[in-house]
Amino acid sequence: METVLISVLNGLVYGMLLFMLASGLTLIFSMMGVLNFAHASIYMLGAYLAFTVSRFVGFFPALIIAPILCGLIGAAIEIWGLRRVHHNGHIAELLFTFGLVFIIQRLVQMTWGMLPMAYRVPASLDFPLFVLYGANFPAYRGFMLLVSAAMLLGTWLLLKKTRIGLIIQAALTHPQMVSSLGHNVPRVFTTVFAGGCLLAGLAGVIGGNYQTTEPGMADSMGPIVFVVVVFGGLGSLAGCFVASIIMGMIQTFAVVIDYSIADLLRPMGLMLTGDTLLTEVLTVPVARIGALLPFVMMVTILFFRPRGLMGTRDT
Amino acid sequence: MKSRWLIPALIAVAIALPWCFYDWGHHRHAGFLLSMLSQMGMMVILALSYNMLLGQAGLFSLCHATFFGIGGYATVHLLNAVGAGDLPVPMELMPLLAGLSGLALAILFGAMATKQRATAFAMITLGISELMATAALMFHHFFGGEGGVTTNRMIENSLFGLTYASGLQVYYLILAWTVLATGLMYYLTLTPLGRMANATRDNFERAQFIGYDPRMVRFLQFALSGFFAGIGGGLYAITYEIVTFDALAAPLSANALLMAYIGGTTVFGGPILGAILITLLQSGVSLLSNSWLVYVGVMFIAMVIFAPTGLAGIIKAHGPIRHSGRLGSLVVPYLRLVIPSLGLLLGFVGIVELMSFLTIGAAQGRKLVLFGGPVDVHAALPWVISCGSLILGALWLRIEAAGFHRIWENLTAEVRR
Repeated sequence: METVLISVLNGLVYGMLLFMLASGLTLIFSMMGVLNFAHASIYMLGAYLAFTVSRFVGFFPALIIAPILCGLIGAAIEIWGLRRVHHNGHIAELLFTFGLVFIIQRLVQMTWGMLPMAYRVPASLDFPLFVLYGANFPAYRGFMLLVSAAMLLGTWLLLKKTRIGLIIQAALTHPQMVSSLGHNVPRVFTTVFAGGCLLAGLAGVIGGNYQTTEPGMADSMGPIVFVVVVFGGLGSLAGCFVASIIMGMIQTFAVVIDYSIADLLRPMGLMLTGDTLLTEVLTVPVARIGALLPFVMMVTILFFRPRGLMGTRDT
Repeated sequence: MKSRWLIPALIAVAIALPWCFYDWGHHRHAGFLLSMLSQMGMMVILALSYNMLLGQAGLFSLCHATFFGIGGYATVHLLNAVGAGDLPVPMELMPLLAGLSGLALAILFGAMATKQRATAFAMITLGISELMATAALMFHHFFGGEGGVTTNRMIENSLFGLTYASGLQVYYLILAWTVLATGLMYYLTLTPLGRMANATRDNFERAQFIGYDPRMVRFLQFALSGFFAGIGGGLYAITYEIVTFDALAAPLSANALLMAYIGGTTVFGGPILGAILITLLQSGVSLLSNSWLVYVGVMFIAMVIFAPTGLAGIIKAHGPIRHSGRLGSLVVPYLRLVIPSLGLLLGFVGIVELMSFLTIGAAQGRKLVLFGGPVDVHAALPWVISCGSLILGALWLRIEAAGFHRIWENLTAEVRR
């Protein structure tokens, strides 16, 4: 029971972190049709910037400053990069963001070095929030949940209740019409791209000390975020939310399940012996194939439902 | 036309090159050159087969290395089986079997991935690539975990009685297969399938109206490119006698993309050019500098923005001017571009190297040495020179490029008339 409860809480924290990243990616995608491969790189940049900024002004100002810096970087990428390749089609835009991944990766290594950064949880949040069946739940994880919930609420309010959100939603589906009505659609695009990068940066700030701030963090996070976006359905925020939570739960629960397919077969009277590829596949415990599960899930859902969980359109 | 003698000449150069650097004093071949040439052969196959997707069918795949890697793993296991006497297959046909294993896997994954096109296709292939890379680290029987699987290529089973003990014999095997695979891939572009792949790339709805199933075209193209990638992987396994997780991981897929795109996806020979260039850079620059990925990345992005047709596309654009015999009038404008470009390059390389020696180099305990003397990366002077050179070069190049553009436009307009 206690492992279930703690895993649920941890899964929720991880899922919300994934959602922060995936929501920005989905927003950018549904708006501009561009899948930003460099999204996880911006996440990494957010963590590194937060580390550097927090050394001078402390964690809480960094929580504001680093995402804004990431947003500005995003705006610069959109204005000077994406807009120039836009007329060459979607493949060119994909390739452009793909090239950015390499450059940001190496720039980070060149600026901060190859070793992990000592980016730690701030002292004011470094205490156990409550004790559950003898296990501590760190206050910082509660803080992460709080920030991501606030972000979720903020994004929702911005999109649904304000005039800016109205224009963004309209530009999503009818860019020509919105443009004819006198709105500057390219600027809306820039805003959305910068906003998405800002969210990724925020995720980096609170994720950087939850995981480790090191040059490999973009590579380890990137594929999972793409899986979430595809699993939830390209362009659907609600699907993205559900997929993030599911993915967070799966990743945390997989670690604690020590059963394999062979254990399921045993009560049916099937015993596996020998040392072949088949027995290896069947006897590997779920805990070990946890890293494999997201990709298996993605391939499975694409096989049965190519649009993803809640996607409304093909690409 | 030029291309009539270009192909035999290229093959002749490839055959002769190991002998040009033959060490007569010690009676042996230059090992570095041979391994680089062998690497080039594999990469040519990889890049060309990747271009069957990106250039010819407009499919942005991120799992190409999966098929390369599976060809490699299959070859290692087959070689071990032949070595143990379980399987009578001559060495020369090994890459064919590797290709077939790539084909089988590409049929399996292609059935899923080619349901979609454009962005969704790219995402699914990314998932497949990660799936296979994670599985490779997990299942030790086939993939051997992090250590990989090793083999011995001296299986004493050859059509021509060769032992493949020397690098030279392996290189000629690779060369033969590269020529064969390149020829086949070129032939494929002439078949109805190749033409339909172009049609679905340019306008898949119209292709559908004519009565072709774009998905089937995508699927066939995907499966066949998996076949050729598998051949490349087979040659990889034969050359290095070890296949690790690197052979099917994402960086190699990205490499295939870089080679095909920088070389030029619109011309059949473009990826060959790209593969040769990138392999040269990889074995040359990566020895000198920590940051060669930055250079390749920046080159790639510059290509995406300024020259989407790649290097081969740029060369091809000179065709009409050359035909009219006006190529000479471009010499001076090109020369005027050289100095500001060099300035820009120098400044950029300077800043990148200074930055990387400040952090990574310091951690490795290495010192930046330029012009025979050590350079203090903490001093202001090298930074000022680099920044100044970068900014001046960029501004000057902007002016010169505008002038060049004008001359180019005038010339092409004249030639067309």
